[in-house]
Amino acid sequence: MRIVLLALRRLAASLPTLLVLLVGLFVLLQFAPGDTVDALMAQMGGGDPAAADELRRFYGLDLSVPVRLGHYLWRLVQLDLGYSAIYGKPVAEVIVERLPPTLLLMGASLAFAFAGGLVLGVFAARKVGRWPDTVLSTLGLIFYATPSFWFGLMGIVLFAVDLGWVPAGGYEEIAGGKTGLARVLDVAWHLALPTLTLALIFLATYLRIMRASMLEVMTLDFVRTARAKGLSGMAVLTRHVLRNALLPMVTLIGLQAGTMLGGSVVVESVFALPGLGRLAYESVVQRDLNTLLGIVFVSALLVIVVNFLVDLLYARLDPRIVS
Amino acid sequence: MTPPLLSIGDLTVALPRGADRPFALERVALDLVPGEIHCVVGESGSGKSMTAMAVMGLLAEGVEATEGRIDFRGCDLLRLDEAEMRKVRGREIGMIFQEPMTALNPLRTIGDQIGEMFRAHTDLSGPEIAKRVPALLADVHIPDPAAAARAYPHELSGGQRQRAMIAMALALEPAILIADEPTTALDVTTQAQILALIRELQERRGTAVLFITHDFGVVAEIATRVTVMQNGRVVEQGAADDVLDRPQHPYTKALIAAVPSLEPPPRPRLAASHEAALTIDHVSKTYGRRGLFGASKRVVHAVRDVSLSLPRGATLGIVGESGSGKSTLARLIVRLLDPDRGAIRLGDVDIAALSRRALRAQTRHIQMVFQDPHASLNPRHKAGELVAQGLIVHGTPRKAALARAAELFALVGLDPAGVDRYPHEFSGGQRQRIGLARALAVGPEVLIADEPVSALDVSVQAQVLDLLVRLKTELGLSMVFITHDLRVAAQICDRIAVMRNGEVVEIADTVDLFAAPRHPYTRALLAAVPGRHWIPPVPERRIVGA
Amino acid sequence: MKVLRLFLSSPAAVIGFALFLVVVAMAASADLAYPGDPLDLAGRPLQWPFTNPRFPLGTDVQGRDIAAVIFHGARVTLAIGGAATAIAMTIGIAVGALAGYHGGLVDEILMRLTEAFQTLPNFLLLLVFIAVFGSDIATVILAIGVVSWPASARLTRAEFLTLRSREFVQAARVLGMRDLPIIFREILPNALPPVIVYASVVMAVAILLESALAFLNLSDPNVPSWGNLIGTGRAVLRTQWYVSAIPGVAILITVLAVSLVGQGLNDALNPRLKGRP
Repeated sequence: MRIVLLALRRLAASLPTLLVLLVGLFVLLQFAPGDTVDALMAQMGGGDPAAADELRRFYGLDLSVPVRLGHYLWRLVQLDLGYSAIYGKPVAEVIVERLPPTLLLMGASLAFAFAGGLVLGVFAARKVGRWPDTVLSTLGLIFYATPSFWFGLMGIVLFAVDLGWVPAGGYEEIAGGKTGLARVLDVAWHLALPTLTLALIFLATYLRIMRASMLEVMTLDFVRTARAKGLSGMAVLTRHVLRNALLPMVTLIGLQAGTMLGGSVVVESVFALPGLGRLAYESVVQRDLNTLLGIVFVSALLVIVVNFLVDLLYARLDPRIVS
Repeated sequence: MTPPLLSIGDLTVALPRGADRPFALERVALDLVPGEIHCVVGESGSGKSMTAMAVMGLLAEGVEATEGRIDFRGCDLLRLDEAEMRKVRGREIGMIFQEPMTALNPLRTIGDQIGEMFRAHTDLSGPEIAKRVPALLADVHIPDPAAAARAYPHELSGGQRQRAMIAMALALEPAILIADEPTTALDVTTQAQILALIRELQERRGTAVLFITHDFGVVAEIATRVTVMQNGRVVEQGAADDVLDRPQHPYTKALIAAVPSLEPPPRPRLAASHEAALTIDHVSKTYGRRGLFGASKRVVHAVRDVSLSLPRGATLGIVGESGSGKSTLARLIVRLLDPDRGAIRLGDVDIAALSRRALRAQTRHIQMVFQDPHASLNPRHKAGELVAQGLIVHGTPRKAALARAAELFALVGLDPAGVDRYPHEFSGGQRQRIGLARALAVGPEVLIADEPVSALDVSVQAQVLDLLVRLKTELGLSMVFITHDLRVAAQICDRIAVMRNGEVVEIADTVDLFAAPRHPYTRALLAAVPGRHWIPPVPERRIVGA
Repeated sequence: MKVLRLFLSSPAAVIGFALFLVVVAMAASADLAYPGDPLDLAGRPLQWPFTNPRFPLGTDVQGRDIAAVIFHGARVTLAIGGAATAIAMTIGIAVGALAGYHGGLVDEILMRLTEAFQTLPNFLLLLVFIAVFGSDIATVILAIGVVSWPASARLTRAEFLTLRSREFVQAARVLGMRDLPIIFREILPNALPPVIVYASVVMAVAILLESALAFLNLSDPNVPSWGNLIGTGRAVLRTQWYVSAIPGVAILITVLAVSLVGQGLNDALNPRLKGRP
C-alpha cells in the first residue's frame, strides 16, 4: 500500500512536467507556418479567404495566444486531441487505431532486450577479462553502433528475401482473415524481425549496464560477508549479487521508454507496420500537425505510465525506497 | 599454556605486481588460544586486516599466500580447496566487519540473512530456523527480536546492525570469531556496548576472538593478548598488560606514546572575565524538507539554542557523538550554513547578520580546518596554489601570495619545495598540514578545527596535534576544536562543551569536566571511553608541548 | 600525460581512435578525391561495386557515385555530429551546473524542464522541430542539439551536487571566494571528466539521429548523407542491396569509433575502475 502511495506521489510530481511540456509544445507550434485551416483548405484544393476566416472562427484560431493555450490545455484534459484534416476523423480515434502494433512491438522488444541483456550481462561479468566477456562486450558495442533501420533492411534482405523465413513487412496477412490463435501467430510471425531490430540497440545497453552493475555489486561489503558465511559462489550470486545488480537495470527501463518509442518511428517505417511511429512519420510528411502533437502527447503519457510502473517495481525490489 | 586453536606460521602474502610493495605480509606468526581475545593492532597498511582475510581464505584476486601455514584443527587452511574452505567459513570461523550498514545486504531482512547461516550449513527445517533466529537476536540483546528479524538493515540503528552481524557470525557457535575493526564506525557509547557484548559472549561460549583494531584504547579494554604489526610484519607479541604497560619494541613504544591520555594536563584556569574572541548567542538551525505539495514535512533540529563563548587565546572543545550537531555548529560559525536564529559575534561584528559580500571581507579573521585530508584539497591545484588561494582572494598579488605559501609550508613543517606538487603526492598527515597552512595564510584570529585528526593514524595524529597547539600559541590564535574523541579533547582543550541532539548539555573547564562531570550524558560518554582505566606508561613526550 | 598513456594502453581505444582518424581523413580529402557535387549523376545507375574501376563502390539508383557520397557524407556526418554535440553539451553543462550549484528553486525549475524534455521521446521531438522549422541543415543540427542535452545536464548536476558539499569547495567558500570562481576553478575541472566521456555518447546518438532523419528523407535533401543513401537504396533492396549496405557500414564504423574513443577516455580518466577483480 505504501508502495502504491509512493508511486502515486511520483506520478503526481510528473504532472507539472507534463504541463511544462505541453506549454512548450504549444509555444513551439506558434512558429509553424500555416495552421489547421491552411491544411484543411489545401486538402480541399483551395478556397476563398472568407471561408478560411469563417473556419478560423469556428476553430477558435482568431483568439489571442493565451486564450488559445487555455482552450488547448482544457481540450487535452478532456482527452480531445483535435481533428485530423488528413484522416478526416478525430486525432484520438486515429491514434487509438494505431496504438496496438506499437505497444506490442515495444513490449516485445523491451522484454527481449531486458532478458537478453540480463543473461548475457551476468555471463560476461562472471567471465570478466576473459574471451567470452571480450566477445560479448565487442558485439554489444557493434550492436550499439548499428543504425536500427539499416539492421532492419539487412534483416529483410537476409531473412525475408534470401531465406524466406519471415515476411518483409506488414502487421498481419490482411487477405487471410485469420482469427483467434492463428491470427496471434500470424502477427507474431510478422513482428519477429521488427522486434529483433528494435531490441538490439537496447540489448547492447542492458548488457553493458548489467555487466557493470554486477562487477560493482561484487565489490561491495555484503558480498564479502556472504562469502565469509561460507556460501557457495552460486548462492552468493543468486541470493546476494543478482537482485542488487538488477536495480540499475530497472531504472534504465524508465529512462529508455522514450528512446524506444522514438526508435519505433524508424522501425515501423522500415517494416511498414501501421503503428504510432509510422503515423508520426506520415503526419510530418503530410504536415498534419494536429496528429503529430496528439502523438507527442500520447507518447508522453505512455512514458509517464511506464515510469509509474517502473517506480512500483523498483519499490518492490528495494525496501529502502518505501521508508 | 593451552595448545593453540589456530596457529599462523611464517605467513607471507604477495601483492600483485605493480603494487607499492611486493609483500602485504611477511613471515607473520600468531597463535590463537581457546578462550582468549587476541588483538592484532597496527596502523593503516600494517597488514592486520590482510591477516584476517588470509585466515578466512578470502584474499582479493591477485593477492596470494605464497608461504607459511594456517593450522586449524589439524589441517592447514591454506591447503584446503574452495569447497572444504566453505565448510570452515561461517561454521568454524565466524567474522564481523567494520561497517555494519554495508556489510549486510540492504535488500533482505535481518532474519533472512541470519537464517541463511543455517540453510547453508545445516539441515534444519524452515520453521526450526524461524524459531532460532529471534533467539539469536535476543542473545545479542536486541530489543524486540521478532520485529528485528523482520526488519531490513536500514531500519535498524548502527549499533543494532552490528549486534545482528554478531548474532549472524555466532549463529553456528563457531570456535573462532574474527572481528575486523567492529566498532570503528560506531559512536563511543555504542562502541562500549558492542565491546561489552563481544566480551560477554566470548566468556559465555568460550569462543576465541581474533580482534583487529587500530585503537589502543580498545586493546586496553578488551584484549587478553596483543600482536602489534607494522608494514606487514609482527613487531611485538605478548600478554595485554605486558605490551600495554611495558612495550619493548621502539615502534610499539612510539605508538603507545602517541595515544592521548584521558587525564587532562594541568593548565592555568581561564579567568571568568576573560575577553571573548567569539561569542555564539542563542543560535538555532533546523533542516526541514518540504514535500512538493507541502506534504510530509520532516524537521530536524540540528542545532538548538546554543550559546557559547570562546575566550581569546583559548581552545574551546565541542564534543559529541554523530548527529549531535557539532559539525553543523562549526559550519554555522563560518557561515557555510545560515543560522535560523541567533548571533555569532566575532569581536563587534555579528557574522550571522552579514550580507554575503560583507561576509567575504570578514573571512580573513576566521578560518576552518577540515576533517578529511583527501576531500579537503582540490586535486586539480598544486599545493602551493591551494595555500595561496586565500591570499589571492583577499587581494595579495599572485606572486607574493605564492612566495608566502612557501613560507607557510615551512611554518607547518613541510618542505617548501613541495609547493609545486599536487595533493595526491602527499600523505594524509602532510595534507592536513597543507590544509592548516591554507587556513593560516590569511592570518585569522579564530580557527575552527572540525575533527582535524580523526582520519589520521595515531602517530600522525599526535604530530598534527602538536603542530596545532604550537602554532596556536605562537600565532596567538583562539580555537574551536570539534571532536568525538574525548582523549584528544582532554589534551588540547581549555574548556569543553558537550553536545547531544543539537543542544549543549554541559560546559565546563576541561579539568573540571573530567574530574567531576555533572550531566548524566557526560558521565555516560566518559564511562564509554575504551581503556579509560589504562594510563599509558610514562611517555617520553607529552602531546601538549606548551 | 598520464591520461594519454592510459588511453594508449587500451587496444580498444587505439582501434577506435584509428577508425575515427580514417573517417576524419575521408572527410578532409573528400574535395580532393571526389571534386564536384557528389549528388550529380556520375555514370550508369546501379553498377555493382568492384565491377567498374571508375566506381569502386558502385553507383546508386540515380547513377551517383557511392564512393563520392560516402566521402562527402563523412564530412556532413562529422559536422552534424560535432556541432550538435557541442550545442547539447553547452546547454547540458550550463543547466546542470546552475541547478547543481544553486539547488533550491533554481534546481527545481531547471530539473522540471529537463524532465519535460526527457519525458518526450527525443526522436518525436526532433520530428516536431523539423515539421515546424523545416529541414535545412542548420535547423537539423540545432534540433538534434536541442533534443540531446537533458542527460548531460543530469550528469553535470549530479557531479556538482556531490562536489558542492566536498570539503575543498567549503574551504574555498570559507576563504571568501565568490560563486563564479568556485564554479569555474574549483568544481568544473573536477566535474568535467565524466561529462566529457558522456559527450562521446551524445555524439554517437547525434550521428544515429541524423542518419535516421535522412533515411526517412526528412533531413536536408541538398547535402550528401549516408542515411539518405540508405533510404534511396530501399527501392532496389531486393536486388541491389549493396546501395543500402555500404553507407550503413560507414555509419556503423563511425559510431563505433566514437564509442570506443569514449570508452578509452573513460578508462583513462577514471582509472580506479580498471583492473577490478
